[in-house]
Amino acid sequence: MAPLAPRTGDAVFANVERVNAELFTLTYGAIVRQLLTDLEEVEEVNKQLDQMGYNIGVRLIDEFLAKSNVSRCIDFRETADVIAKVGFKMFLGVTASVTNWDPEGTSCSLVLEDNPLVDFVELPDTCQGLYYCNILSGVIRGALEMVSMKTEVTWVRDMLHGDDACELRVKLLKQVPEEYPYKDDD
Amino acid sequence: MGREVAESCVDGVVMEMVSAYCNRFYSSQPELAARRIEAIGFQVGHQLSERYTMERPRFTDHLEAIKFICKDFWSELFKKQIDNLKTNHRGTFVLQDNQFRWLTRISIDASPDNVDASPQDDSLPAPNNAAQFTSMHLYFPCGIIRGALTNLGIPCAVSADISNLPACSFVVRIKA
Repeated sequence: MAPLAPRTGDAVFANVERVNAELFTLTYGAIVRQLLTDLEEVEEVNKQLDQMGYNIGVRLIDEFLAKSNVSRCIDFRETADVIAKVGFKMFLGVTASVTNWDPEGTSCSLVLEDNPLVDFVELPDTCQGLYYCNILSGVIRGALEMVSMKTEVTWVRDMLHGDDACELRVKLLKQVPEEYPYKDDD
Repeated sequence: MGREVAESCVDGVVMEMVSAYCNRFYSSQPELAARRIEAIGFQVGHQLSERYTMERPRFTDHLEAIKFICKDFWSELFKKQIDNLKTNHRGTFVLQDNQFRWLTRISIDASPDNVDASPQDDSLPAPNNAAQFTSMHLYFPCGIIRGALTNLGIPCAVSADISNLPACSFVVRIKA
């Protein structure tokens, strides 16, 4: 019998190398702060954070697949569930919930009630347009692209802008069929 | 033990930050990229040492503060202490980590000419890419140490020496 795919990332998180979250939170905060100084425009900072996230996601997916033991997801619903329950848990130690599905099953919200990235963070008035956690949307987009899913990830709610949780809208744009590096009958 | 995240989160953002500064923002000005990376480390070290010393009495001398960095501070960050501490008793301290965690993920070209990363030195090593990339990565921990000590009231300059890989030595020069 094939082993059941894990439904939570608890066991995986317990087994990966972990570090003090303050180091992570403060490092990320210092990076955002330096970007704001160097790039000046909040819009540009959002863009760069997304790009950094994308580059991280592209690499992180390998570690995720290697360590999480999840099997192939049958549809986007299952994919979203695995991201929320296994992916977030395995890396950030927190679990997201999946809500607000559209009828087609191609877009949903990932809701994080607890997000280590925003510990100790308060945004000054000059940063109202900043998506502080934009790196997360980039990570999800980058990771999914590596498993053949083109997505668009946007922010709906943000604790730093006064909301009670962080909500990311993930929309599946296109499922790219896997291309093999060979042709069948050449 | 407080909250934790996967080590790959820290590795990921640090690596990406270094590469963004070196390859995208200041690709033609490595000395500016280095200064920014060091500044980010400084900020992190400054805040972390503030948090880790909240419950402690004030350090009475430099050596005590340096020992705090070698033991408690390093353990919080890397789950191990600095392996060896040397001093010339005139304000220079050498902190050696025999297996520096942040270098174990990077492949290194350790040709002896290109192994000294000194944030205070504006003339960066000649464009040996692997070595330059490694030295760029060392500005971050150098900044952390400088930020931590500055917060403890000890202005200093910090550079890194990786001529004995996988060991990494951080050289702290306290400003008179």
